[in-house]
Amino acid sequence: MTMQTEERQGFDTALIAGVIFIVATLSVVPMFRLVLEIVLPQGGLSSAPLRAALSSSATWTATWHSLQVGIGGTLLAVALGTSVALLVSLTDVRGRSAFVLLYVVPLLIAPQVTALAWLQLFGPASPVLKLLGMAPPLGSKNPLYSTTGIILLLGVQYGPLVFLIVRAGLRKLPRELVEAGLSGGAGRWTVLRTVILPLMTPSIIGATALAFVSCVGNFGIPAFLGIPANYLVLPTLIYQRLAGGGPAVLSEVAVLSMLIGIIAMAGILAQDYISRRRDYRIASTSLPSAPFELGRWRPFVEALMWLLIVVVLVLPVVGLFLTSLVSAYGVPLNRKTVTLANYGFVMFDHAAASRAFLNSFSLSIAAALFAVIIAVPLAYMITWRQRWWTSGLNLLAELPYALPGVVLAIASLLLFLKPLPIVGLHIYNTIWIILYAYLARFLVLALRPTISGLHQIDRSLEEAAQVAGARLTYRMRTIVFPLVAPATLAGGVLIFMTAFSELTVSALLWASGSETIGVVIFSFEQGGDSNYAAAISVLTVAITFFLMLLTNLFAQHLPTGVLPWRD
Amino acid sequence: MAGLKIDNVTKTFTTFNALSNVSLEVANGEFVAVLGPSGCGKTTLLRLVAGFEKVNDGTITVGGKIMSSPALNVPPELRRVGIVFQNYALWPHMTVAENVGYSLKVAKVAKGEREHRIDEALALVDLKGYGDRRPANLSGGQRQRVALARCLVSAPSLVLFDEPLANLDVHLRASMEDEFASFHKRTGTTIIYITHDQAEAMALADRIAVMDQGHLVQFATPRQLYEEPATEMVASFIAQGMVLPAEILSPPENKRCRVQVLGQEAEFRCRPDQMMTAAAKVCVRAAEIETVETGGIAVTVKRVIYRGGGARIEAAPAHRPDLELHFDLPDPRRLEEGETTAIRVTSGWVIPQEILE
Repeated sequence: MTMQTEERQGFDTALIAGVIFIVATLSVVPMFRLVLEIVLPQGGLSSAPLRAALSSSATWTATWHSLQVGIGGTLLAVALGTSVALLVSLTDVRGRSAFVLLYVVPLLIAPQVTALAWLQLFGPASPVLKLLGMAPPLGSKNPLYSTTGIILLLGVQYGPLVFLIVRAGLRKLPRELVEAGLSGGAGRWTVLRTVILPLMTPSIIGATALAFVSCVGNFGIPAFLGIPANYLVLPTLIYQRLAGGGPAVLSEVAVLSMLIGIIAMAGILAQDYISRRRDYRIASTSLPSAPFELGRWRPFVEALMWLLIVVVLVLPVVGLFLTSLVSAYGVPLNRKTVTLANYGFVMFDHAAASRAFLNSFSLSIAAALFAVIIAVPLAYMITWRQRWWTSGLNLLAELPYALPGVVLAIASLLLFLKPLPIVGLHIYNTIWIILYAYLARFLVLALRPTISGLHQIDRSLEEAAQVAGARLTYRMRTIVFPLVAPATLAGGVLIFMTAFSELTVSALLWASGSETIGVVIFSFEQGGDSNYAAAISVLTVAITFFLMLLTNLFAQHLPTGVLPWRD
Repeated sequence: MAGLKIDNVTKTFTTFNALSNVSLEVANGEFVAVLGPSGCGKTTLLRLVAGFEKVNDGTITVGGKIMSSPALNVPPELRRVGIVFQNYALWPHMTVAENVGYSLKVAKVAKGEREHRIDEALALVDLKGYGDRRPANLSGGQRQRVALARCLVSAPSLVLFDEPLANLDVHLRASMEDEFASFHKRTGTTIIYITHDQAEAMALADRIAVMDQGHLVQFATPRQLYEEPATEMVASFIAQGMVLPAEILSPPENKRCRVQVLGQEAEFRCRPDQMMTAAAKVCVRAAEIETVETGGIAVTVKRVIYRGGGARIEAAPAHRPDLELHFDLPDPRRLEEGETTAIRVTSGWVIPQEILE
């Protein structure tokens, strides 16, 4: 009996230790390696790389640009996302779920695809503008190759992010608080100004911080829109340095990645500081309040909202699609020039591109599966087995996603540049280093829905299994996992979508043979082959949209708020 | 089957003492209710016995084996203790039979025997033929019975009930009470039954442990609790006893002594070692107050609650308006709010002086 007890306990302890080990490997180790490089560059005490990085005027120009587009993009995203959230949540507009589904799509499309789509829409070769006869002459500059262009696209990309957070906050707004204001004699605008918006401050501030971190960390948009105009932000500066200098400049770009990490952290800390200053806690939860009637304004507001969908989603996607059908750059689209050859080329003829489909598919499936398997025991420990250190575990799992992707990419490079001591593992320049970075970065996307799923399940279900004699691993398999699986799997789908056309991390980690779809799109566009880039992009958008609709079918089995695109 | 011994158990959470030096001995096959207002520590006690929480001090012994002590905590899965949860805690992704047979599957019982025992357990709770249903398709009472079957299928040494009737409506409660009583009679299992409903505890338990603010205040039979409450808290918590100041006029004789209460003398029940004092507290039940035509204690009627066939009268003595009295007035006599009348206290119980430890 005692032997058996020890054996069982040993097994459970091993499970817990294993989960902690994995989180540490994916979070603490790379971050530690990065900090180590800044303190002790290339193993020796030297301040040369630090000085080199900080004395370069390019560093400070890029920092200034990062702040410029970061703040500009954030402001636009917050303005857009908050207004849409208020309209959708508080008024009686119709067609809400279709609108939400479509409005959230830009968030799920990779930034470089968004960038490409908009470039195709407004460029001199734009098939849409050509069809309308409004195209600028060939050779003229695309108006999006500018600071304003980057800010505009960042706002479009992350507006839905703000929308989702503010919308979640508005859903929790108790009806009584609004009704008390109205019955106190306040008009709708007064209630909005004095009750609703103040109570939404934490959501809006949180969304602002998240949008800021996403904007300054974004690589795809400034890469497509900024590099041609020689307008560099920190992530694109890091990319250019690394592409030009190779591993020799790693110490220097480590400093740059730290700089962008600090800017992102400053955003998060500012949010924390502001939301602590006042008490915004909502004491009760109840039904959502009755929508404000828009009356005769309703068709007008609805038209405006759908116009937004047309501008931020339909036109760019149509532009992208039409470009993918054109035989060559600048050729007007008509019955004679329309072709599917671009699709055939990228899928079958171009070796790197067809390899990239397989690579990205395997990488995203592997990352999603891994995250789903790890997320359940990890979330279990964070929610149902709380100790003083479990919230720290949650924070560590969040870190590689919260920090800009370049930071993680540089940390991974540093970690695996030389074979790992003792084990002799050598994954630099292989697909495995990308997989490592994906696992680290996307784990949290499955962890979050699992945690919120477990919060909605009564813990006595597990305790009942415990008194029935089931040990931890058995309970995990027969009780916890089946109960929380829908939420976790939805997270897995989210990971697949995000990883499938990911660029930021793989742009810094890929090598010949381990190209990803994101990298191939980027290379085609840089080489001037927009038509090929567009063809691949259309395929990824189609896959993303198909997966969204597919998971929607299972939505009734999911805890609320797991599928971001479902209202 | 096994007895349970809780010896001097203390449980502290970071901010407060959930249990302080609780000792409780439950005989093999006994039905014990743990009764107390919310926050008294009864749920903590249950979770300690089940093994979900660790004790800070003291020991818990089940069937002669130490299960909890500061040095040792046998995990819940090895305690062979059954629990019937307040919300049933049936697994929604399993059928009724899978729910009931879970512990057998864990114990690797062969399939044939497992099915046999599942059928047996379902028959015991009158749910024969319900094996293929899902918990979601059952009524509240049926779910409770599945939970009961799940718990008894593994023949646990001890069964813990965590407020099992709190989620059921009033009609169902009475029939489930019968169910639990007959379950206990049939199986002879030792049962610890947590509840905040004293009527439920009185109806079911051999003995009741009354808890208050993390302390065990009295552990006695239902009759003893009612007739001889150990403290003011028990007196007022059980059947809304009135606690009144009194003076003990005579030493106890044959467990009775003369008492002056509200300026009137009467003979009260008391402990044989009751001392004479001017600062005693007595417990008086509604049935121990009657109205009188002449003499008696003048009271003002504060509130009349009609109860069918009679009324519950709430009143305050004219010379002590801060005290609250209540008694039943059978029809056809009537009293109106604000009216003055006279009453007499016929008997009562002298609450033992709390000895400062």
